[in-house]
Amino acid sequence: MSDIEITAASVPVLNKMFRFQWEKAQNCFVLLYPEGMIQLNGPAGEILGLVDGERSVAAITSELEAKFPDAGDLSGDIIEFLGEAHGQHWITL
Amino acid sequence: MANTGSPCNAQPTPPIISDDKSHGQPLWLLAELTYKCPLQCPYCSNPLDFSDFGGELTTQQWLDVFQQGRDLGAVQLGFSGGEPLVRQDLIQLIGGAHEMGYYTNLITSGVGLNEHKMAEFQQAGLDHIQVSFQASDESVNSMLSGSKKAFEQKLKMAKEVKAQGYPMVLNFVTHRHNIDRIDRIIELCVELDADYVELATCQYYGWAYENVEQLLPTRAQLERAERITNEYRAKLAAEGNPIKLIFVTPDYYEERPKGCMNGWGQVFLTVTPDGKALPCHSARMLPIEFPNVTEMSLQEIWDTSPGFNHFRGNAWMKEPCRSCDEKDKDFGGCHCQAFMLTGDMYNADPVCAKSEHHHLIEEARERAEAVVNNPDEFTFRNERNSKVFAKG
Repeated sequence: MSDIEITAASVPVLNKMFRFQWEKAQNCFVLLYPEGMIQLNGPAGEILGLVDGERSVAAITSELEAKFPDAGDLSGDIIEFLGEAHGQHWITL
Repeated sequence: MANTGSPCNAQPTPPIISDDKSHGQPLWLLAELTYKCPLQCPYCSNPLDFSDFGGELTTQQWLDVFQQGRDLGAVQLGFSGGEPLVRQDLIQLIGGAHEMGYYTNLITSGVGLNEHKMAEFQQAGLDHIQVSFQASDESVNSMLSGSKKAFEQKLKMAKEVKAQGYPMVLNFVTHRHNIDRIDRIIELCVELDADYVELATCQYYGWAYENVEQLLPTRAQLERAERITNEYRAKLAAEGNPIKLIFVTPDYYEERPKGCMNGWGQVFLTVTPDGKALPCHSARMLPIEFPNVTEMSLQEIWDTSPGFNHFRGNAWMKEPCRSCDEKDKDFGGCHCQAFMLTGDMYNADPVCAKSEHHHLIEEARERAEAVVNNPDEFTFRNERNSKVFAKG
């Protein structure tokens, strides 16, 4: 199911089941779904915030590398996280 | 499930009696918009004496409550009832809640819904529609809901929910009359392309408690249903179907109580049609003075009202809870259940094998073995029957 290959050209789309938003009370980004909420950590929130069905993995990676210049090469981390997100059905590709 | 009650750790912590009333945010706000409902399900969680509480909050009062809830950190809003579709202002309430940033859930029987309304609700910002079913086939569904047309309407609406792109959660309340058809229920959910399916055995409160003898399945029925559900889970996962089957067992077959509502006044807040604020939707039955949103701010209700602080901390506990090393896990269980079965809400939930009243649960299980299914014995949830329980 989740053993899909994600490449720089892949374009992730948020599953319609979920809504992504900032929650002031939790002080983090969250994914809301029927009767539930997933609290996202900092990096997960930054990545999913750029998942819009238009940006490719390469575009997401370069935007985040520009935003966090001290973080170095992020492509491995981003692909790994998107793999997990796909396994959780948060995104489709 | 969370309430399996298995002994969890080898290192019992010394009992600490704490009067700490600390609490989280009310993440979940359940708005019971009305007690009116076209159906008469004999396991309804509404109070038996609902006909005593006629008044309903106005549109503006509800919107005000929603905003106050949002300010306290609430993020999920459930429109429930009764049947929430009965409220003529539902679309305004959905729109208002959506603008405030809530994830909005409509919890409905589907009766009174049509594709036109559904599209309007979506435009207003409704995120999710949960349709409840009584059974997988028309005859049992009609018998239980007291409406012959309901099943066909529910099927039609479930298909429409999906067609309009809403996530779909189907809720099947299971009990001794329909649990043996669990395979058919699951297949129906797969056919309808549901995203989540709650196969929830009745919880015995309100009308369901009144009808417990005709509802409680036998242990053999329950084990069979759980086994079949697990087989379907494995089969569906292997096919790559992302459908999630959630199987909820009745706590009458547990030896430890559920950590009710994740703790009293910790994450959940219900407001009844007439504005009573409750830490859970059954709590109205308890001999506790609960505040009304027309008289007190939601912040005051949540943080400082005596009703919401009543069972926070564990200083209220008696034995066997007081010295129990699992008290921080289940908080003594359900106070409503303790009250209904033993007459004292400070007792341990009788589901707990440590409770001196546990025999009451064991006797209910024994009765389930002996009872003959007879729908004529149901007390249906309607205005006429409610008047029997009403004081006024």
